[in-house]
Amino acid sequence: MAGMSADSPRGTGPGSPDRTVDPQASRWYDADAGPVVRPYAMTRGRTSSASRHRLDLIALVVPEPAADDPGRDQTLAPEHVAIVELCSDRPQSIAELAADLDLPVGVVRVLVGDLVEDELVHVTRPVPPAELPDVNILREVINGLRAL
Amino acid sequence: MAFGRSSRVKQRPVEPVTLKILVAGGFGVGKTTAVGAVSEIRPLRTEERLSEAGRPVDDLAGVESKTTTTVAMDFGRITLREDLVLYLFGTPGQDRFWFLWDELAQGSLGAVVLADTRRLEDCFAAVDYFERRRIPFTVAVNTFEGSERFPTETVRAALDLDPEVPLLVCDARDRSSVRDVLVAVVEHALERAARAREPVAT
Repeated sequence: MAGMSADSPRGTGPGSPDRTVDPQASRWYDADAGPVVRPYAMTRGRTSSASRHRLDLIALVVPEPAADDPGRDQTLAPEHVAIVELCSDRPQSIAELAADLDLPVGVVRVLVGDLVEDELVHVTRPVPPAELPDVNILREVINGLRAL
Repeated sequence: MAFGRSSRVKQRPVEPVTLKILVAGGFGVGKTTAVGAVSEIRPLRTEERLSEAGRPVDDLAGVESKTTTTVAMDFGRITLREDLVLYLFGTPGQDRFWFLWDELAQGSLGAVVLADTRRLEDCFAAVDYFERRRIPFTVAVNTFEGSERFPTETVRAALDLDPEVPLLVCDARDRSSVRDVLVAVVEHALERAARAREPVAT
């Protein structure tokens, strides 16, 4: 293996001419090197979307009927298509999408914002801050938990 | 335009009401274990990559150094009914991510503060946080093997808890135990909501 031995000089990283390194084993391609594509490159550098509301982690993304075949829209990135497809069986929360796609939450927010703008999905709005949830909903949650 | 076949009739998916409960507490107190015990999905992990605040945008010197920090949040899901879904979020343990708590806490139903009697001080910050923001919470003492069992009143006194805040003993690995803690949180939230409504309702 091309692993580092105790006496290996510090300067034998990639690009060092006097060392033949199997590219497969190069330390620069492991997880420490970071993602191959910078996460916000997928959003073309945008860190926020045009939509007015910051999407909550538990906001659900629901596909619109127009999103039946997102692959047909040439302007969509593969990540956009992936989001629509993940939501087609059952609506998914922003948090779940981020976990499933292994993307930062901020990136998913921007991508979902694009889809909202294109009217391919809509997003459910969770309880606004400082507003108490409905007492009836709380009772239903208690009943639901007890039935687990 | 690009979607010629959009007239195809497709049944609209149910749009459930989503709610969240936070699971807070010190590092290693069992937050992820508790979320995993009741979640119908393997606890998922989502990450937020944060840019280092105040770093000049055009500073290209040292680009190979780490300029972002990754914060991981564990979460789980419980589908209570087709139209009612509860999400559980384990809060990031490190104090420097308090601002993320604000986002998580916004619109949350309530919170669980997990406590370990061997390191009770680890949960002071969480108790303080939820008290200040008037978020209904329950303290759940996770029973670790080998840790001394204290009467709940002793723990309550040590935390200087309000009498109305429920305090339970739980086993974070046990599904029904964690479920009982969640029920206590929601019951507490319900009491508070009912009280807030009283002058109008009766």
